[in-house]
Amino acid sequence: MATAWNPMEVLRRDIDRAFQNAGFSNGFPFRTAFLPGWAARRYPLINLTQDRDHVYIEALAPGLDPNSIDLSVVRNVLTLSGEKRHHPEDIKLEAFHRHERAAGKFIRTIELPVEVDADQVKAEYKHGILMVTLPIAEATKPKQISVQVG
Amino acid sequence: MAEKTVDTPTTQESQAVATRPEGTRTPERYVTPPVDIYEMPDGLVLTADVPGVTHEHLDVRVDRHMLTIQAQADHMPAAEPTYREYELVNYFRQFELSEEVDAEKISADLKHGVLTLKLPKTEKAKPRKIEVAASS
Repeated sequence: MATAWNPMEVLRRDIDRAFQNAGFSNGFPFRTAFLPGWAARRYPLINLTQDRDHVYIEALAPGLDPNSIDLSVVRNVLTLSGEKRHHPEDIKLEAFHRHERAAGKFIRTIELPVEVDADQVKAEYKHGILMVTLPIAEATKPKQISVQVG
Repeated sequence: MAEKTVDTPTTQESQAVATRPEGTRTPERYVTPPVDIYEMPDGLVLTADVPGVTHEHLDVRVDRHMLTIQAQADHMPAAEPTYREYELVNYFRQFELSEEVDAEKISADLKHGVLTLKLPKTEKAKPRKIEVAASS
């Protein structure tokens, strides 16, 4: 039994606790989950830019069905989802000479650096890039406080 | 359809991953766009992901059975970058076409950052049914 009088045992347990889940959480090193979900790979890739009043997300997503694009914003979390269509269904696998492009449904959640005004979010899909403009919420903007000189 | 693997003055062949830049000898940087090529009864169809490319900056040419796809993504970032996962650079990829492709009739279409090329077969290369004359 580990007590304060058995310092080696206490130390060993502390070390065990510190390294818990360090890549060996479920038996195999660096295995994340039983089955990878939709977001097993980061898709689409994004660039985040920012100015005084807006946060801009540019997602690299060629060939999407524009009707399938779905965006939602809650506080400072943006969720992008959509579908990139496969080829016409009647093409047999053996008809492919090269098959390098990925397709299918995707979902990605992005944590934004600031809270945004969810009602004013705009999105545009152009040349395979999805551009989302998110105005920064008024409440989180810095306030200018004038100093009274007495 | 064979892909050209010989070094060209502007680029070297590398892995077909859109976000990985190729080693180049020129200061400009290129990526190899990922492609799908599939065969239809009347020809080949090639689709390539080239996000950020407009019609004006896309160059598709065929010269002596060599198909060259070259494009520039001209897309300026909206504001000061905070977090970056990709960089838009130029696209370049070459394929060697077989004799069966009718270079005169190749058509191209660009939509939502996806280039679709239709490469029809020549009349000679199409399968033909030969009528058997019945002699009594």
